[in-house]
Amino acid sequence: MAEAQGGRSLVVDAVTHRYPSGALAVENINLDIKGGEIIALLGPSGCGKTTLLRIIAGFIAQTQGRIIIGDDIVDALPPNKRAVGIVFQNYALFPHLSISENVAYGLAARGVDKAARQREAQRLLELVQLPTMAERLPRQLSGGQQQRVALARALAIKPSILLLDEPFAALDKNLRLDMQIEVKRLQRVSGITTLIVTHDQEEALSMADRVAVLSHGKLEQFGSPSDVYDRPQTLFVNTFVGSTNRMPGIVVSADRTAAKVRLDAGAEIIARPAAGTLTEGGRVTVCIRPEHLQFVGDETGFAGVVGMSLPLGATVVHEVTTADGSGVKISEARIGETRALESGAAVRLAPLAPSLANAFPATL
Amino acid sequence: MGAAPASRDVTSYGMGLAAPLALFFLLFFVAPLLQLFWLSLHNDTAGLHWGLGQYLHFLTDPFSLGVLGSTLLLGAEVTAVCLVLGFPIAWLYQRVGPKLQTVIILIVLLPLLTSVVVRTFAWIVILGRQGIINATLQSLGVIDTPLKLLYTQFGVVIALAQVQMPLMTLPLITALGRIDPNLDDASCSLGAGSWRTFFRIVLPLSLPGVIAGCTLTYAAAITAFITQSLVGGGQMLFMPMYLYQQASTLQNWPFAAAISIIFLLAVLAVVSVFTTLGRLSRGYGGA
Repeated sequence: MAEAQGGRSLVVDAVTHRYPSGALAVENINLDIKGGEIIALLGPSGCGKTTLLRIIAGFIAQTQGRIIIGDDIVDALPPNKRAVGIVFQNYALFPHLSISENVAYGLAARGVDKAARQREAQRLLELVQLPTMAERLPRQLSGGQQQRVALARALAIKPSILLLDEPFAALDKNLRLDMQIEVKRLQRVSGITTLIVTHDQEEALSMADRVAVLSHGKLEQFGSPSDVYDRPQTLFVNTFVGSTNRMPGIVVSADRTAAKVRLDAGAEIIARPAAGTLTEGGRVTVCIRPEHLQFVGDETGFAGVVGMSLPLGATVVHEVTTADGSGVKISEARIGETRALESGAAVRLAPLAPSLANAFPATL
Repeated sequence: MGAAPASRDVTSYGMGLAAPLALFFLLFFVAPLLQLFWLSLHNDTAGLHWGLGQYLHFLTDPFSLGVLGSTLLLGAEVTAVCLVLGFPIAWLYQRVGPKLQTVIILIVLLPLLTSVVVRTFAWIVILGRQGIINATLQSLGVIDTPLKLLYTQFGVVIALAQVQMPLMTLPLITALGRIDPNLDDASCSLGAGSWRTFFRIVLPLSLPGVIAGCTLTYAAAITAFITQSLVGGGQMLFMPMYLYQQASTLQNWPFAAAISIIFLLAVLAVVSVFTTLGRLSRGYGGA
């Protein structure tokens, strides 16, 4: 059975790519991906994630660095010799070929005879739950079905690596969740090392074993979804993944594991130095997620005035204006009866725990 | 790619808007055509005796059939040359930067900016006994006596191919531009080499452009009176010149009319073969 292919490892070794104009597309990217892992390349548009995908696929020859699949350095191989399966954002199904011919295309290119090709195509169509669509043309299928076909087509060549380029961007929200589950199921069954390029953080966090966050061509952090969310290494990761309150302040005292910061909003709190030891007296930005703030009754924490409360279903988000005039969001779980906060009410806020406030050196 | 935009059905627009053009066509195209047909049904030049004599004459005369055959063959050759030379240009156009695209478009369109007569005379200068090609080859010592290039089938095909090239290249550029570039990458990532990608993906999907380009080039090549006559010279006779001789020189109007009708039907037959081929290919609706 083809399902038991297992995944080959993928190493992106110090890859740098410059456009002909000299601008850097990606700079010194290092990724060490184990066989069978699902990795998400997460970043805003223009961060270089698609360039990196095309380098791995072989469509772009990187300026420096190596791509290693399994034990082989593949830099000299053209895309058609790399055995890397790709699902394109717009699926890129061949519009003039039937679904079955689309799926069998890669097998035909490998010289598999017609009967075997058709059997394999049918088997893959059953795997993606489209057994009755073999004779149709791509345009007769819905977006979700086209994507399943694109997956089946990529899996048909038994790729050592599967690359998905913004695979769910064109689907509506409900279908997107179905397809995310479907892709994860297929990946688990086949065990193929998979790379998903996405700008959608929820998608990255929910689907991937590890997430690589990119910004401006640089790798900001490469870690598990909980690492990326709870222990961000850079201010960019903290603000790009999930939502956060950015509160400026000055370091009062600091060691390797904790820093006392006087916030401009008017309180001293303990924060986690996210990127190494902070210098005393230096400006920092403290990031606290809305769900990591709590209302406190006593004189601890910082004061603020409630502006607006938004009941968002399972949570209620309050917008609070602090003493220095900046806005802070706090989200409360709706357990039992949440007290309604009047606009203009004076409150005091503090982080739930020191480890949930991340301090980064302020950039000028 | 994809479905046509859901715009208003073309038949739901007021047909009255097309009336001026319809009237123009009726007066200056349909009416003369009917007159031509009526004329061709006369057995004598005076137009007194009805009959199919002119058609019988043409279809039983080996000389006339030879002229028709060589004209249709000429069209096929010119079309083939244009397709073989035009496709790489169109393909290249889709793969270069915007600056080079402008250059390519300019080169493709340049022939249209000069008169056919001027271009044809240029070919006479190039192909003649003392022309550029012969002079160059002789000075290089490749040949001793000048090659006969002008007044040959080869010369006519080359000159016509250059004259009609834009009619092939422009539809091809459009058709290739409508192919999603990801399909190339998809084919490649599935293990197909450049040739398989070209024959299985690019060529089938560009068929609408190939058909359109071939139809235009073919129709233009076989009716190109000026280039055929000037580069072909007196020894090579094609349908337009044959027609002209019968009508103007010999004043045999009914026979000329019959030649016109037969030529028209022959062209229509070839064009409908092209169109049918296009319909049969599934890429027609898909691209």
